[in-house]
Amino acid sequence: MDIAEIIVTLTGVALSGFVIWYFFFSARQTASAVSSSSGVQEVDITVKGGYSPDVIEVERGKPVQLSFYRDEENSCSEELLMPDFSIRRDLPAFKTTLVELLPQQPGTFPFTCGMGMLRGSLVVK
Amino acid sequence: MEPTTKTETLDIEGMTCASCASFVEKSLTRTPGVQRAVVNFATEKATVDYVPTQATPATLKEAVVNAGYGVTERAPDTSAADRQAEIDQQKALAYQKLKRRFWVATALAVVIMPLSMLMLWPALMARINMQWLNYGLLVLTLPVLFYSGREFFTSAWNGFKHRAANMDTLIAVGTGAAFLYSLAATVAPDWFMRRGLMPEVYYDTTATIIALILLGKVLELRAKTQTSAAIKALMGLQAKTARVVRPGGQEVDVPIEQVQLGDLVVVRPGEKVATDGLIEEGHSAVDEAMLTGESLPVEKKTGDPVFGATLNKTGSFRFRVTKVGADTMLAQIVKLVEDAQGSRAPIQRLADKVSAIFVPTVVVIAILTFVLWFDLAPVEARLPLALVNFVAVLIIACPCALGLATPTAIMVSTGKGAEHGVLIRNAEALEKAYKVNTVLLDKTGTITRGEPAVTDFVPADGQDAGQLLQVVAAVERQSEHPLAEAVVRYADAQQATVISATGFQAIEGKGAQASVNGQAVLIGNARLLADADITLSPAVRRQAEELLTQAKTVLYVAINKQAVGLIGVADTVRESSAVAIKRLQAMGIEVVMMTGDNPQTAAQVAGQVGIKRFFAEVLPSGKAGKVKELQAEGRTVAMVGDGINDAPALAQADIGLAMGGGTDVAMEAAGITLMRSDLNGVVTAIDLSRQTIRTIKQNLFFAFIYNTLGIPIAAGLLYPFFGLLLSPMLAAAAMALSSVSVLTNSLRLRGFSPVKN
Repeated sequence: MDIAEIIVTLTGVALSGFVIWYFFFSARQTASAVSSSSGVQEVDITVKGGYSPDVIEVERGKPVQLSFYRDEENSCSEELLMPDFSIRRDLPAFKTTLVELLPQQPGTFPFTCGMGMLRGSLVVK
Repeated sequence: MEPTTKTETLDIEGMTCASCASFVEKSLTRTPGVQRAVVNFATEKATVDYVPTQATPATLKEAVVNAGYGVTERAPDTSAADRQAEIDQQKALAYQKLKRRFWVATALAVVIMPLSMLMLWPALMARINMQWLNYGLLVLTLPVLFYSGREFFTSAWNGFKHRAANMDTLIAVGTGAAFLYSLAATVAPDWFMRRGLMPEVYYDTTATIIALILLGKVLELRAKTQTSAAIKALMGLQAKTARVVRPGGQEVDVPIEQVQLGDLVVVRPGEKVATDGLIEEGHSAVDEAMLTGESLPVEKKTGDPVFGATLNKTGSFRFRVTKVGADTMLAQIVKLVEDAQGSRAPIQRLADKVSAIFVPTVVVIAILTFVLWFDLAPVEARLPLALVNFVAVLIIACPCALGLATPTAIMVSTGKGAEHGVLIRNAEALEKAYKVNTVLLDKTGTITRGEPAVTDFVPADGQDAGQLLQVVAAVERQSEHPLAEAVVRYADAQQATVISATGFQAIEGKGAQASVNGQAVLIGNARLLADADITLSPAVRRQAEELLTQAKTVLYVAINKQAVGLIGVADTVRESSAVAIKRLQAMGIEVVMMTGDNPQTAAQVAGQVGIKRFFAEVLPSGKAGKVKELQAEGRTVAMVGDGINDAPALAQADIGLAMGGGTDVAMEAAGITLMRSDLNGVVTAIDLSRQTIRTIKQNLFFAFIYNTLGIPIAAGLLYPFFGLLLSPMLAAAAMALSSVSVLTNSLRLRGFSPVKN
């Protein structure tokens, strides 16, 4: 094994480790819903190559209003899916789309793009 | 589990302060059946959770009005259509842009390819400065990368910031790596030469990959718009205007949004019915195919309901509006189909798990491929080989096929179902229907019409049938009893002359009496005649007994104290039932019947439609138990019913099918609703579910196989054995085709049509 091979091998292994840590294990951006005076839990979410924030905490039994602002034209994010609430919504680019739901049971409910690549979750407490 | 509560959003009018909101909230919360109500003062909206059996949107509205506020009638239907139009426009624009980017990439790739292959002609190469050629290729590739392919890079970067990776990440890393390597070889060829490497460039690879991936995207987008075509067609069915009769009698065309409850609307021949209502005047035949899938026009007369979006054929009529906007049948169907398209099929679970980790995993595999090739290949070729295989792995992996496999099939089939009057609640219902091997039919209303009809009209010896029918009908026309209505329908069907009766009197529990042409007429059960001391001749008595053994209800007719005839009335079997049951049996499904009738009657009906197994004398409360009994035999049971008392059985069954004209409660408990009262709908539903799940299975199989075979081959697994390597350009072609194949396979479901008679 020459120097170049050793360098490539070490770099490759380190890079692989980084990819696994970065995409699967690093900390996520979490946000709790803000309750308005009337008791609706409101959360603003920006859609641009992903959802920020992508973990949203809400309380159960109170209506939730999610405002998705899609800040890109990329077709990956054009659909929003929340299968546990039977929601499939088109998100127009550079527009805010409101999604209203009422979580009844506690749990973690994923929301994704049309193909399940971009992911976020609604944590109901 | 089916939710037991429903959620309704109301637009509240007239709230001026936050305390108004809490007042409305209290009023709603106190309404029976409401589990919780939240009023948002800022948005002027109330979100109410209620038990559908105890409260309705109407009672909720009443509660708000009682509190001193108003409810604005929402017409989200039109706004939904508008929103859809906007989205469609945006999509069309995006499609145009994508096509332009594709054509630019293709045009340049067509030039770049032959230029990159000049080395195949050594004579030509000798005259060309290699470095200048590379610079030329670089200039040609730049627009492909930064105009056509820019979206891949921005999307990958945006995703990276969110710790998310998608298909664009793979393409960006793959083409980016090939491009950077080529750039280095172009700018600093000496560096490569000094290390004994040919300064090879991969501009053709970069450009071709981008052109091919864009081609895949163009085809995919085109196919994808077709998956939701059915629901868009449904939305587009709504009438735009209605001809409303103003109090002065004047007829005005108004936009559909302005039509209000209680308005009187005129419909002329050939026009669309504007919204849901009840006919007040006139009669016609209405084509309801768009809602129910029933191809024959339906006769409508005063008092009958009509539905928005259906087509008036022959006559003209006026109807009173009973529902507008989101409450109409059409809006409900659209909502149901939309909900179904947003639901997740359990069969998809594995694919979901795989897609969640797919892209980062492929990136790791690609990195390891690079390392292995670099370490194991001969020194002089290791860098290009490592690079080419690294790029091939990234490009061939196709998470899209996995992601598209299930939802596209569900979208096409739920839309297709709606077209044929089969409303599927969610993807899970579709999957359950696929597994069904036993169908349990509640006799009344499914196999039979659920309403009495005259089966036998038996005049006594010496009586003229035509005249007797006229007389009988004259009396029964005045009665409101269901049996009397059956007699009148029969007389009308026989085109009996209408004559009038006087002195009509209903005798409760026995029948009726009246005078026709001066004759005293009695129609009713045996007790009515016995009370009037009328004796039956042996012949009449024998005929009556015969009808009774056939489980028919017998009406006795007496004129001037003389028994003159018998009428046999029974719940009749629908013409379509026997055929539909035969079809179900041909599909390998056992059909079982249950009924409250006695075993003899049950056996008779079962025999008539070809059912071998039945439960007789089942009490309404025992229906769910019979479903359990069949399930205990290890069967997957579909329950078909139409009434309120069917709801527990529908919920207990693996899949419940509520028949058209059925009650809201039955539909609530059912996974599938059949808009048409015809057992062939059950055949259609099960057939559609089987075809859909088969398509999904094919899609998933293809997507998994494609990736599990494609990735190792791209990594060079075949090289040690056959010396085969996959060119990144071929990988790009395979990837572009894979997602298109899955989509095309799903779109085949558009050709689904129910078995015809």
